[in-house]
Amino acid sequence: MTEAVLFYLFSLVAIVAGLSVVLARNPIASALSLVVCFFFLAADYVLLDAHFVAVIQILVYAGAIMVLFIFVIMLLNLRDDAPTPLLEISRRGLVGMAVAGVLGTGLIAALEALPVTAAAKIPEGYGKVESVGISIFSGAYLLPFEVVSVLLTVALVGAVVLAKREI
Amino acid sequence: MSFEDVLPYLLVVAKCVFAVAFVMNIVPLLIWGERKGAAYIQDRPGPNRADIMGIRAGGLVHTLNDVVKLVMKEDIIPQHVERFYWALAPVIAMSVALVTFIVVPFGDYITIPVGGVLEQVPLKVSDIDGGLLFVLAMTSLGVYGIMLAGWASNNKFSLLGGLRASAQMVSYELAMGLSAVVIFLGAGSLSLSVIAEQQSGAIWNWNVFSLPGAIAFVLFWIAAFAETNRTPFDLPEGEAELVGGYHTEYSSLRFALFFMAEYANMIVASAVTATLFFGGYNVPFLDGATIRAHSDILVAALGFGAVPALLSFAVVAFKRRNRPFYRAIAADDIRHREPKFWVATWGGLAVAHAGIGVLGLTGIIGASSFGPDVVAFVLQLTALALKVLLGCWIMIWVRWTVPRFRYDQLMNLGWRVMLPLALVNVFFAALWIIVKESLFA
Repeated sequence: MTEAVLFYLFSLVAIVAGLSVVLARNPIASALSLVVCFFFLAADYVLLDAHFVAVIQILVYAGAIMVLFIFVIMLLNLRDDAPTPLLEISRRGLVGMAVAGVLGTGLIAALEALPVTAAAKIPEGYGKVESVGISIFSGAYLLPFEVVSVLLTVALVGAVVLAKREI
Repeated sequence: MSFEDVLPYLLVVAKCVFAVAFVMNIVPLLIWGERKGAAYIQDRPGPNRADIMGIRAGGLVHTLNDVVKLVMKEDIIPQHVERFYWALAPVIAMSVALVTFIVVPFGDYITIPVGGVLEQVPLKVSDIDGGLLFVLAMTSLGVYGIMLAGWASNNKFSLLGGLRASAQMVSYELAMGLSAVVIFLGAGSLSLSVIAEQQSGAIWNWNVFSLPGAIAFVLFWIAAFAETNRTPFDLPEGEAELVGGYHTEYSSLRFALFFMAEYANMIVASAVTATLFFGGYNVPFLDGATIRAHSDILVAALGFGAVPALLSFAVVAFKRRNRPFYRAIAADDIRHREPKFWVATWGGLAVAHAGIGVLGLTGIIGASSFGPDVVAFVLQLTALALKVLLGCWIMIWVRWTVPRFRYDQLMNLGWRVMLPLALVNVFFAALWIIVKESLFA
């Protein structure tokens, strides 16, 4: 009961914040709404027993990546004087909405098609740092994990090369 | 709904209140310590005039004056600020600083009857699985308070301060997290209470007394300075270049929030460092079980011997300086009372402690159901508080002796020195653990 109430509360705040990301005129307000959205998504993760993912969500997305976003916005000093009226929907916006609508319908259809079964009991220690670590480093996820880390390293080196032509 | 149903929630609320009170009560003490410490390092007496009924408490009353001054000042809202974000920033700074403390254990456990069953309640607000990750996550959210303040103030100097803060804190977070990885590797857990528990017993169980632990401590401590924006890394304020940095436009209680957030951050940083490297709430050589088993002897020894002896020493010291601090004040001045007041206070406390010591001699405490727990709680909380205060004092000491870095030096230190060192340290610590396990297992 308590968990359901909290879930709806957190989700509502996350959705409102998510809407505010796309509707706010001020870029800083958009970015901060995204931070709030991330934060309450993390709260939902905690309710789903995914403690590690929740903390990493705040640490990496809200704490590091969004700080860089806001850093850039502040440096460029973007203010809300840019002419972006709320209700003037551009052609790109229409395409985006169409794509989102199709994807959303497909997702909802897929979810509806899922068989409804009684929720399985989660194993002890599920979603904690230890079990996540074990499944990453000794389970089926070892190869994907290593591939992703190589990919990230490549991206990092590429970014440095692009940003600094003469080192 | 009976009392038994509400008890778990009550316990959570009580622990939250306790954690916040712990931090907020040390804050004024630290402000006093900062002023006095600065004064002694610069060879001047420091704040010593504000008094209540002639009692100045060595300048402590001055801190009360500070509070009254900040509350009474006019709350100026400049015309040019982004009102909403500007008002939000100090609240973020303060609340994030306080929230971080919830994962720090301030004792091992107390036994409370819940529903007729004795239950061991751990003395920490929340047992979040990724304890230290939570600390790092909250510190990274703390950047928003300063960034927003800088941006919303809508002037160049504040913006520069905010930008400096965000770049600096993001950079040093990496070194901070990486240096703590060594402790996780050794402990096999991210939970601060598990890490603290493993350091109980003899003093050489403390993490700082291992080679990777010692290197990690130095790196973590330097990063903690940068994360709390203390000198030598206080470039976000940089009053010589940036007027006041991010808090230039703030006054009254809004400024006070930033001011208190800085000290709350110091306390939390010291508490986390103490827990990771200096055994946290553990009293050296006395783990929780030993304290509970010998609570009577400990109370007798401390209450009858050590504490009264210390307090009597204070009484003697006060009597020796039993002269007015101001030669020029009149003979009937109210401030002549102060030495007498201190002699009475400390003397009374010494007698009271001796009384508690006698209680220990009778053996009532060990026989009662809650006595050993109370003794353990008091001793462990005192140990943690002493470690935290020592850490904070080192921060104050450094602030008044080391000059500020230049910004490029700060970035070079973070990225070119501390980050590689922390990485190498993690590598060798992991290697050492593997070697140790294959040799001694």
